[in-house]
Amino acid sequence: MRITCPICGERDRREFYYQGAASMLDRPDPDADGQVWSDYLHLRDNPAGLTRELWYHEAGCGAWLIVERNTVTHEIIGTELVEAADAD
Amino acid sequence: MTDLIAKTPCAGLLPVSHGGWSLSEVDCGPITWLAPFHGQAEALDAALQTAHGLGLPRPGNSTRAGAARCLWFGKEQVMLTGVEPGDALAQCAAMSDQSDGWAVVRLEGADGADVLARLVPIDLRPSAFPDGAVARTLCQHMTVTILRENVDALVIFAFRSMAKTLVHDVETAMVSVAAQHAAP
Ligand SMILES: [Zn+2]
Repeated sequence: MRITCPICGERDRREFYYQGAASMLDRPDPDADGQVWSDYLHLRDNPAGLTRELWYHEAGCGAWLIVERNTVTHEIIGTELVEAADAD
Repeated sequence: MTDLIAKTPCAGLLPVSHGGWSLSEVDCGPITWLAPFHGQAEALDAALQTAHGLGLPRPGNSTRAGAARCLWFGKEQVMLTGVEPGDALAQCAAMSDQSDGWAVVRLEGADGADVLARLVPIDLRPSAFPDGAVARTLCQHMTVTILRENVDALVIFAFRSMAKTLVHDVETAMVSVAAQHAAP
């Protein structure tokens, strides 16, 4: 499996560290209900198909990426820097 | 007072030669890590030009002026080598002296990429990785920075604490690839 880092270009999977679902970027309001926070922390979809995940280019430039991939075919559909998607 | 003698990171380990390749230690002189403050990349570029006559390298590249060299060293960070950093750089960048922190070795000889292909998961041939190109990547299990110096030389930066591992891994690959090339 190869992932294209927007900074470094196409690199081998072993240079990257997998963090988890990209839903971690959708942080609830600090005052949100405890159930909302519990769901945010603990509930994950387990899709057969498209998924959005956070990967870290650990052995490369050090950027956090959002990687969209297909869990059935292992196709990498796209990558972008977290800061581009999370610029608030 | 006792006059202490500095020991280089690869003292007692290098140089070695196998096949058409040699591996030797590089003394980069001062090594300074620079990370521009938020929004200050252009200011750091200008400050580097004024102080050292070289610009801020783009990702995957390096710049050079005389003994001074500036290597891209990861996202929004660079390493200045070969020269004491000008005071003005501190106005626009975080800095740290890492001169004693790095083991730096040079693999010389034609097709050095053949040797490192055993260890490094990227294409280091001159066609893909030309003079002055820089990559942050892996050497076996270690993170390293690799610089192409000219068509026949690749320079590897690894943590000083991993100097022996670096030399062992690269030398083992040199021996192996040399034997493979010598086979009938
Ligand atoms: Zn990268």
